[in-house]
Amino acid sequence: MARYILKRLWHTVYVAVGISIISFFFIHLSGDPVMLMLPPDASKAEVEALREQLGFNDPLVVQYLRFAGHALRGDLGVSLVHRTPALDLILERLPASLELAGAAMLFALAAAVPLGILAAVRRGSLFDLGSMLAALFGLSMPHFWLGIMLVLLFSVHLGWFPTSGRGSFSQLVLPALALGLSLLAMFARLTRSVMLEVLGQDYVRTARAKGLRERIVIGKHALKNALIPLVTVAGMQFGFLIGGTVIIETVFAWPGVGRLVVQAIFSRDYPLVQAAVLVLAVIFVLINLLVDLLYVFLDPQISYGGER
Amino acid sequence: MIAAANRLSGRGDALRLWGETLRALGRSPGAVIGGVLLFAILGTSLAFPGFTDADPLSQDLLARLSPPFWQEGGSLAHPLGTDNLGRDVLVRILYGGRVSLFVGFAAVLVACGAGILLGLLSGYYGGRIDSLIMRVADVFMAYPFMLLTISVIAVLGNSIFNLILVLGLSDWVTYARTVRGSVLSIKEKEFVTAARSVGTRDPVILRRHIFPNVLSPVLVLGTVRIANIIIWESGLSFLGMGVPPPMPTWGRMLAEGRVYITDAWWLVTLPGLAIMLTILAINLLGDGLRDALDPRLRNIPR
Repeated sequence: MARYILKRLWHTVYVAVGISIISFFFIHLSGDPVMLMLPPDASKAEVEALREQLGFNDPLVVQYLRFAGHALRGDLGVSLVHRTPALDLILERLPASLELAGAAMLFALAAAVPLGILAAVRRGSLFDLGSMLAALFGLSMPHFWLGIMLVLLFSVHLGWFPTSGRGSFSQLVLPALALGLSLLAMFARLTRSVMLEVLGQDYVRTARAKGLRERIVIGKHALKNALIPLVTVAGMQFGFLIGGTVIIETVFAWPGVGRLVVQAIFSRDYPLVQAAVLVLAVIFVLINLLVDLLYVFLDPQISYGGER
Repeated sequence: MIAAANRLSGRGDALRLWGETLRALGRSPGAVIGGVLLFAILGTSLAFPGFTDADPLSQDLLARLSPPFWQEGGSLAHPLGTDNLGRDVLVRILYGGRVSLFVGFAAVLVACGAGILLGLLSGYYGGRIDSLIMRVADVFMAYPFMLLTISVIAVLGNSIFNLILVLGLSDWVTYARTVRGSVLSIKEKEFVTAARSVGTRDPVILRRHIFPNVLSPVLVLGTVRIANIIIWESGLSFLGMGVPPPMPTWGRMLAEGRVYITDAWWLVTLPGLAIMLTILAINLLGDGLRDALDPRLRNIPR
C-alpha cells in the first residue's frame, strides 16, 4: 500500500515537472513582454535595462530553473498587468471555478446514476431508448451554446435567472446546468453500459439465485462494482472541468480562473498564464491521485503493488 | 518461406473484419441515420458553392437583422434571416460548416498520424522508448487541454494551419495509448513471430503485419474525437481564437450573435443547431462503429 502511494506520488511529481517545462517554453516563445511593460517611446537602453533586471537575457534553461526554484517555494512570479503575485490572483479566483465545476459535477452525477441504472435494468424499454437518445443529444451540444440557449429561455424570455455574475444561488444555476448537461449525458451512458456488463456477471446471477430482492442485487452487488469506472471517469472529468470552464466563465461573466487566464493571454501576461496552467494541471494530477487511492477502498481486488 | 509467413500475416483477418464491420453498421439504425445525416451535411456544405454564387460576406444593408422566413418580417430572400450587417445566415452557416468539418478532419488526421506512429514504436520496441513516450503521454494527459490550445494559439497566432496543428498535436495521447495496447497483444501472435523468424525487418513487420490490425480501434476513437475537436474548434472561435475573420465559423457566428440575443434569437440559435446536428450525426455513426468493432461490447447478452 505504501509502495503504491509512493509510486503514485512519484508519478505526480514528474508530471508536474513535465507540465512546468512545457508551459514555460511555450509561453516564452510568444514575444517580448518588456515591450508591453514600457511606454512605446522607451529608449533602447531602457528596454535593455528592464530585460536585464527581469532576467530575460539569461539562457532559457537558467530562466526555467529560476522559475522552478521559486515555484517550489510557492512563488509563481508576479503578474505583469496586475503587479501582484500570480499565485494570489489565482487562489483568489480558484474558489469560483471550483464552485462552478463542483455544482456541475454534483448535478450531473445525481441525475445520471439513477437514469443509467434504470435504463440498464429496463434494457430495450421505451425509457431506455428515450433516455439514451436524450443523452446522445446532450453529448452533441457544445456547452457554451447550451449556456446561451439557457440564457435566451430562462433569462431573456422568462426572467427566472440572472444572465451573469456570481454571488447568489440563482446566478449559479444556469452556468452549472450548461456545464453539467454533457457530463450528465456521458455519465448516464457510462452507468448504463457498466451496469449492463455487471448485471451479466456470475455473482449477480448467484445473488439472484439466492433469492435476494432485485433492489438489493442492483444496489449492493451490481452498483458497487459499476462504481469503479464511474469514479475514474468522474475524477478525470472533474480535473478537465476546472481547466475547461474557460468558455462558460466567459459566457456568464463568472469570475473564475478561466476568465483570468483568457484575459491574461490577451494581455500577454506570461507569468500569470504560466502560473495558472501550472496550478490547474497540478490540481488535475492531484485529483487523479485521489481517484487512484479511492480504488483501493472501492475494490479490494486491485493489487496496489503494481507489477511488482 | 517468406510468402508463407506473409500468408499468415493476418491481413486477411483485417479485411474480413472490415467487411463484417460494414455489414454490422448497416444493421444498426442509429449508424445508418448518422451516416446519412453526416453525408447530407458534408454534401450540402461542400457542394453548396457550386450551385449558387451566394457570398457569406455580402451585406444586404436594407435587410439587417431580418428574421427567418416563417416569422413576420422575414422573406425567402434570406431563408434563415440575416445578421447585424445584413449577411445571410444560411449561407454563412453552410460556409462555416466547411471550415469546421475541414479543421475537424484535418486535426484528427494529425492526431491519428502522430498517435499511431508513437503507439506503434512504444508498443513494438518496449523498453526505454516505451517508457519515454508513455511518460510524455502522462504529462500531455495532465495538461489542461483547453488552456494548452488557447495559450499556444495565442502564441502562434490564429491561422487555420496553426489551429489544425495545435488541435491535432494536443490529442495524440489517446491514440498512442490505444495503439500501444493493441500492439502489445498483436506482437505475440504467431504471424508476427513467423515473419520475424524468417528475417523480416522491423519496419516491414510494423507496416504490413501490425499496422492493419490496430486500425479498427483507432477508427472508433477517431469518430469520437472528431466530434470533440469540432466542438473545441467552435469554442476557440467563440473566444475569438479560431479561424481568423472574415471567414465565417459556427463559433464566431455565436459570439457575434450573442450581442443581439434579445432582438435576434436566430443568430444565437441556428449556428449552434448546425453544430449539434453535425456532432449528433458523428456520434450516432461512432456508436454504431464501436458496437460493430468492439467485440467486448458485442458479446453483452441481449
